Amino acid sequence: MPKTGKQEARLVLRLYVAGNAPNSIRAVTNAQALCNSHFASRYELEIVDLLEHPQRALTDGVIVTPTLIRLLPLPVQKVVGTLSDAEQLLHVLAGT
Amino acid sequence: MKTQAKHAPLTKVLTGIQGFDEITGGGLPRGRTTLVMGGPGCGKTVFSLQLLVNSVNRTKEAAIFVAFEERTSQILTNAATFNWDLGAQTKQKLFFFDAQLAPETVKSGEFDLIGMLHLLSIKAKQLKATCVVFDGIDVLLGLLDDPVAERREIYRIRDWLAETGLTGIITQKVGPIELDQRYSFLQFIVDCVIVLRHQVVHGSAFRNLRVMKYRGSGFFGDEFPISLSADGLQLSNRGPTELRYEVSDERVSSGVPRLDAMLRGGYHRGSNVLLSGAPGSAKSTLAGLFAAAACKRGERTLYVSFDEGASQIVRNLRSVGVDLSTHQKSGLLKMYSTRTRGPNIEEQFADLRATVRAHHPSCLVVDPLSALATKLSHLASADSAQQFLDFLKSERITVVNTSLMDGISTDEATATGISTIADTWIHLSYLVQDGERNRALTIVKSRGTGHSNQVRELKLSDEGVTLADVFVAQGKVLMGVARWEWEQYEQAEKNRIQVATDLKRLQLRLAQAEAAARLQVVQTEIEARDAELAVLDRATGSASQLFVSDQGVLRRMRHADEEIAVPNTPHDGPMKARGRRVGPARGRS
Repeated sequence: MPKTGKQEARLVLRLYVAGNAPNSIRAVTNAQALCNSHFASRYELEIVDLLEHPQRALTDGVIVTPTLIRLLPLPVQKVVGTLSDAEQLLHVLAGT
Repeated sequence: MKTQAKHAPLTKVLTGIQGFDEITGGGLPRGRTTLVMGGPGCGKTVFSLQLLVNSVNRTKEAAIFVAFEERTSQILTNAATFNWDLGAQTKQKLFFFDAQLAPETVKSGEFDLIGMLHLLSIKAKQLKATCVVFDGIDVLLGLLDDPVAERREIYRIRDWLAETGLTGIITQKVGPIELDQRYSFLQFIVDCVIVLRHQVVHGSAFRNLRVMKYRGSGFFGDEFPISLSADGLQLSNRGPTELRYEVSDERVSSGVPRLDAMLRGGYHRGSNVLLSGAPGSAKSTLAGLFAAAACKRGERTLYVSFDEGASQIVRNLRSVGVDLSTHQKSGLLKMYSTRTRGPNIEEQFADLRATVRAHHPSCLVVDPLSALATKLSHLASADSAQQFLDFLKSERITVVNTSLMDGISTDEATATGISTIADTWIHLSYLVQDGERNRALTIVKSRGTGHSNQVRELKLSDEGVTLADVFVAQGKVLMGVARWEWEQYEQAEKNRIQVATDLKRLQLRLAQAEAAARLQVVQTEIEARDAELAVLDRATGSASQLFVSDQGVLRRMRHADEEIAVPNTPHDGPMKARGRRVGPARGRS
């Protein structure tokens, strides 16, 4: 929904990927595109390569790749997959 | 299969699951992938977790359990209900990886297991794990909602397993249609497929296990019944291929002296005895006597009864003079009553086995084994019954089973297979005759003991059980009143014969006496004649002498010459006649 873009809350995201795996690359592209178009400069997106930081993935309870974690606003929310469904992703990120 | 052997010889990982290692010739393929499939509640998780725990305990090698379906805490709680050795050390070596997505997780597009497998590789290296279980892989992959993607991920797991050299076990839920189309390809990409099945027959639940495929190895492809007991999952395979147990020549009393005599000394120690018969034919009584006799010898005894309370059995046996209560109080005898309905038969036998292990009896009564008959009609259950009896045999427990059946050649007996594995089979039947019903006992067979082929009448009274000869008259077996009548008749006949014999004897004695008397008369007569003869001889002798001497005197008196003395010599006539004449002439001279 368009109004979510106008919210003042900061959006903090962490995206776990597995190297250059096709699904992971697609997820990075999709996430960046959506954030840029809807959240402009109000977001932080950290991309973590699970292959390099396995311990972090374990701590965050990541099972499959790619996994996007919305750290803020609370509650923490996870989305798995290539993030191909933009509308659905928007709902999740906006917490609606 | 041969091509596999070229690369590396197939080695196996023992699962430690009773019976499974036997049917697969040593367990699961090492360094390969095994697929365990089955419907819900078949025991897939128990099977895979149990083999991990066993493997860790035995080899001290670490293992990984990837839980897609249940949380680790749940799995550990479930595992704690089994008597498995899940000590701290085991827990250290056993790594659980929670692989459930939280329910609030949103799925958007395709995902893959690359990350997870990477994490597992690190864990495996760290722990030096050799074995990994993927439990309920379908739960996660189902989220993909794309058969092609699912297949791709499974291939990924397979390739990963091959790469890491881990022994992999993948469990897979399949729908009621055993070979779910979606995952049927799985069977072709793995080296070993195990199918677990849960079915309900006549209201009783059965679990089965079947090895469907095993690349490079022989295996038993039959469906084997499995049971879930406190020890976990176990296979009731059709007994060990080789029957091994020590046999004994020692005899154990049946509790009925006459029956012992018929068996030339009683039952063999460690044998199993089948008492079959119609309702009320005193099967329980005989079983009770056996138990009482065992207790009297000081042997621990277990009396298992189905659908009849222990106190009722004790009371019933008291009415025929068998006292079990004192042995119960002393602790020698344990009465265990249970229902036939309820747990499935595998579990029931597992329960019995546990009871036997707890009480450590040397004599056991199962009364009646046929209470399980409807369940035993299922082949798998017959196997478990047989396995139970094999177990008793290996423990050297003498067991008396009662079985309800009306005739010897009933299907029931064949179906249960009990009759074939019974060492001694005693059949009790009724003989209805002249308006009454009497009990008859026959020994159908008795392995390794000579035994009487005679039918005996079994009589119950306050004093207990006695066996009596039956009368066979006019081609009919006589029992009860008919027998009593026959006995009376025989007694009368015997008396009659006795009297007749006595009479005859007297008559003969009389005749003998008469003859003796006659003999006496004759003897006396002979003597008299002898005397007469002697007198006569003497008289004639003196007379002839007198005659000769008289003649001489006369001759002398007449002065006659000697010539006159030979006129006797005849001119003709036979020699005989002459000889005869000579005799007296000589005698005279």
